[in-house]
Amino acid sequence: MNVAPFIQQRLRGKVHVPTVTLAHGGGGKAMKDLIDDVFVTAFDNPLLAPLDDQARLDLAGLAGRGDRLAFTTDSFVVDPLVFPGGDIGKLAVCGTVNDLVVGGAAPLYLACAVIVEEGVTVDALRRIADSMARTAREASVTIVTGDTKVVNKGACDKVFITTTGIGAIRADIVLGAEQVRCGDAILVNGLLGDHGAAILCARGDLELQTPIESDCAPLHDLVATLLAAAPKTRFLRDPTRGGVATVLNEIAQAVRLSIEIDESAVPLREEVRGFCEILGLDPLYLANEGKLVAVVPPEQADAAVAAMRAHPLGRDARRIGGVGAGEPGRVTMRTVFGGTRIVDMLVGEQLPRIC
Amino acid sequence: MKYVDEYRDRDKAQILVREIERVVAEIKLPPDRPLQIMEVCGGHTHSIFRYGIEGMLPKAIELVHGPGCPVCVLPMGRVDDCVAIAERPEVILTTFGDAMRVPGSRKSLLQAKADGADVRMVYSPMDALALARRHPDREVVFFGIGFETTMPSTALTVLQAEREGTQNFSVFCNHITIVPTIKAILDSPDLHLDGFLGPGHVSMVIGTAPYEFIARFYKKPMVIAGFEPLDVLQSVWMVLKQIRDGRCAIENQYARIVPEAGNSAALRAVASVYELREFFEWRGLGSIDHSGVRIRAAYARFDAERKFALPNIRIADPKSCQCGEVLKGVIKPWQCKVFGTACTPETPLGALMVSSEGACSAYYQYGGVKRREGDAIAQAGAA
Repeated sequence: MNVAPFIQQRLRGKVHVPTVTLAHGGGGKAMKDLIDDVFVTAFDNPLLAPLDDQARLDLAGLAGRGDRLAFTTDSFVVDPLVFPGGDIGKLAVCGTVNDLVVGGAAPLYLACAVIVEEGVTVDALRRIADSMARTAREASVTIVTGDTKVVNKGACDKVFITTTGIGAIRADIVLGAEQVRCGDAILVNGLLGDHGAAILCARGDLELQTPIESDCAPLHDLVATLLAAAPKTRFLRDPTRGGVATVLNEIAQAVRLSIEIDESAVPLREEVRGFCEILGLDPLYLANEGKLVAVVPPEQADAAVAAMRAHPLGRDARRIGGVGAGEPGRVTMRTVFGGTRIVDMLVGEQLPRIC
Repeated sequence: MKYVDEYRDRDKAQILVREIERVVAEIKLPPDRPLQIMEVCGGHTHSIFRYGIEGMLPKAIELVHGPGCPVCVLPMGRVDDCVAIAERPEVILTTFGDAMRVPGSRKSLLQAKADGADVRMVYSPMDALALARRHPDREVVFFGIGFETTMPSTALTVLQAEREGTQNFSVFCNHITIVPTIKAILDSPDLHLDGFLGPGHVSMVIGTAPYEFIARFYKKPMVIAGFEPLDVLQSVWMVLKQIRDGRCAIENQYARIVPEAGNSAALRAVASVYELREFFEWRGLGSIDHSGVRIRAAYARFDAERKFALPNIRIADPKSCQCGEVLKGVIKPWQCKVFGTACTPETPLGALMVSSEGACSAYYQYGGVKRREGDAIAQAGAA
């Protein structure tokens, strides 16, 4: 009988106080207890288990997965920590996984650095770690290394998480703005603006109650499905902060072509439309955390939409517009009303209008 | 969305556009300029840009984007006073979202917040009062701005605070009134306006009678208009029909919301809480007599102007700014010397670049089919 796991289990530290204090950041036993009890217990895997200063990855194994590495990092500072449809832990995994997969990579490993404000409860931290672990399993990535810091009250807002990810890109997958051609179709995988609207509501400043949930989800499987159905897909991006409007402007500017979208084709939840109407916000600029914008050649557009619709995360996939030869860098929208307007980059944050 | 989508119907829009073209064909047009119709209200400006309405109208019609964006016309000195209130350590300053970005001479509320002031966005002044109840140790100040549309809700909140005996709530009152401003524009010598789209939500409160002088003395047609795109098109069509028939009347397109007599409960609250100021300063337009209100002495303890010693310094508009001429339709936004160069939505110099309802900001953000046409004409003229 192999007793090693039991010994390891027994040696694993345990936190016996309800809240995180500066002692948990001091580098001593309290810190080890916190890391063991909260993070190691949740993330439990052989690459993490040695708890060295680095995870050591097998290069040959990586090389077998493709011919390029994708490498990305992102910080998560969402307020509130828990919101309808997710929490900061789920978000921190999905965000980095999605940044990898829109580059055509299969996500493999994550590193996670957590900054905790003293006074946060250990239970809250445990829930976040569990949520990260659950989402990582769902996304088929392994959290292999990490770091924890505790800071004075007021030095950060409860919990900040930075995740860094590595993925491998198969030799036959080439995505990039330089691939985009005039006439290409622009697709999205579903209803837009859910995350941004859910967060604004969850903050409670506006005293609005809605049933809107964040769309936060890892898109690895959807992207695999999409690329199988439309192997000539040119470009993918996840429209997080700044929304679809910002991504379209980035594409149009990068390729020096124009983009026109059709407002009536933009998929929106009725609740999000209502929310935006009341506050005078434009849903095209609201953040998404489980959405992608895909540019595909016209002959594969129908296949791409059909494949996404057959996937649970793409049920409301739509073709919303196309790339054209109009004014370079310009994004326009044919409005539901039959007019045309420019969809520009947002200057600052969207602010609710007075009346 | 029920009761919204019906007013955005593309097919009905096409019918209206054809009707508008038909009526325009029957009008004897001025030889040297297009027909100019001013939408007074910033909400209309926003709809016009959001739905691309300008590009659907015949070239013979030009929409002039009027002064009705309360955020835009807030003068710098008042923003400075508001920042001074916000920077007091005991104060929680509450405001509508888009007032956060309005530049003062030193900083905006957004910058004051970044520098440590407790500035919070609310959706209604009642939310500010609720905040005052939750924080009895702090002074909650509501930044009251807007025309008659938002005036009653601020008044009702003051009355509610009075009933509750609240000690730690006050209003920094910058409410303004639209009618004297329309009159000031009509008195301007360089004006050629042929008609008006009247403000829908202001009229919901004040009714239609206060505009009668526009038709009677200035001989201009006005149609009080709703904010959905079909409302705007129908209202333009109604103004054009008046022009064609040589009539000048105040007509009400927005009858589903605007009663002829206004809202008497709202008007009572407004009359009991506010009195007219002798004059009020407008960004871009200067001082206009009787165009603002202040809180009556009976409610002095809810008046932030009385409660706090304010710097109250008048800051002149930047000299390069041509907002006044844009507001009156004398020039179009992109013809202003500083449009898109010194004056952008990121660093607005003038009133009209400040809020998404401001004409310049709307042009900058949404552009416009006519803008490109205008540029082409200007270039042809230069060549």
